[in-house]
Amino acid sequence: MINSQAFFSGLKSLRGARSPAIPLAACFIALGALLKDAGFNIQQSAASSFFTYALPGQLVMAESLLLGASIVNIFLAVWLVNFRLYPMTVSLFPLLEHKSQPKWKYYLSCHFLAVTSWLIAKENYKEINKKNRIDFWIGIGLGTWSTAIVMTIIGYLAADSLNKEMLIGLAIVNPIYFFCMMISAMEDIAIATSIILGTTLGPVIFLFSEEWSLLFAGLIAGTVAFLVGEKNGK
Amino acid sequence: MASSQIIIFAIIATSLATYISRIMGALTSEKVSVKSKIFKWFNCVAYSTLAALLGRMIIFPAGVLADSELIMRLIVFFTCIAIFIISKKNLVVPTILSAIMLNFLIQI
Repeated sequence: MINSQAFFSGLKSLRGARSPAIPLAACFIALGALLKDAGFNIQQSAASSFFTYALPGQLVMAESLLLGASIVNIFLAVWLVNFRLYPMTVSLFPLLEHKSQPKWKYYLSCHFLAVTSWLIAKENYKEINKKNRIDFWIGIGLGTWSTAIVMTIIGYLAADSLNKEMLIGLAIVNPIYFFCMMISAMEDIAIATSIILGTTLGPVIFLFSEEWSLLFAGLIAGTVAFLVGEKNGK
Repeated sequence: MASSQIIIFAIIATSLATYISRIMGALTSEKVSVKSKIFKWFNCVAYSTLAALLGRMIIFPAGVLADSELIMRLIVFFTCIAIFIISKKNLVVPTILSAIMLNFLIQI
């Protein structure tokens, strides 16, 4: 049912010099501590990473709760910040598609889609033959997802021994790691333009509309980059 | 502080709001061919949305990071990216260094 060789080579992406385990640990430990601060108990904290597993959305949820926002507002705010997962899924899953594979694998494993797993899969999918790519993806996904859950629990338990400076230090690791991974991904002009323009437009549009900034920045920068790529014959 | 019931509803709302984008992506993927232009467009939009999120995380962060000063985050950011490029794309050094550097900078 699942090709174990492909599955384990996905799982093994947690090891080695490009391992996502360090940044994942850093940010989910910080999240666990933050959730404790927001009044979550340990089961709720673990459940949040288990069922959501998308850090920016979880941060929005915790902050909205602290501000006393309504559930509907939380839903909308999270939807807007996590909407990126839609284009990210569409730019990955067609690469993993194979006729012989059952659909439930895709519908269940899309839950593993987060920045970390996506970047690893985009970097390595070519090494796996097309038929087994979804199993490779499930390996990456299970590894990164379970790391995130365990680290949330550790962060919750360690919250009292982590001071604020340490938590701030941990919180920067994630964006730095992602930026490094994105720089490695700049292999053609379209992607390089997407990344540079997106990084600039994100904070600029944020000045005008906090909630819609990601959606607009992504659409504008992405479309411009696509046109630049087309014009340059890619 | 939020009550336990509100927290559970918040977890459910957050998880649903997140899964919707993922499952919609999986369903759309069934109709998108790797060689099509629309796939290339989605690829660009995915990278730029992600980049927008990361740019925002550095300039206007949420969570504890908001308690550090922008100039310090920028120093850490540019130093670590430079190290990443100079070290021929070693990921471990810049990521670990970023935490140590920011932790040090906010204490001086």
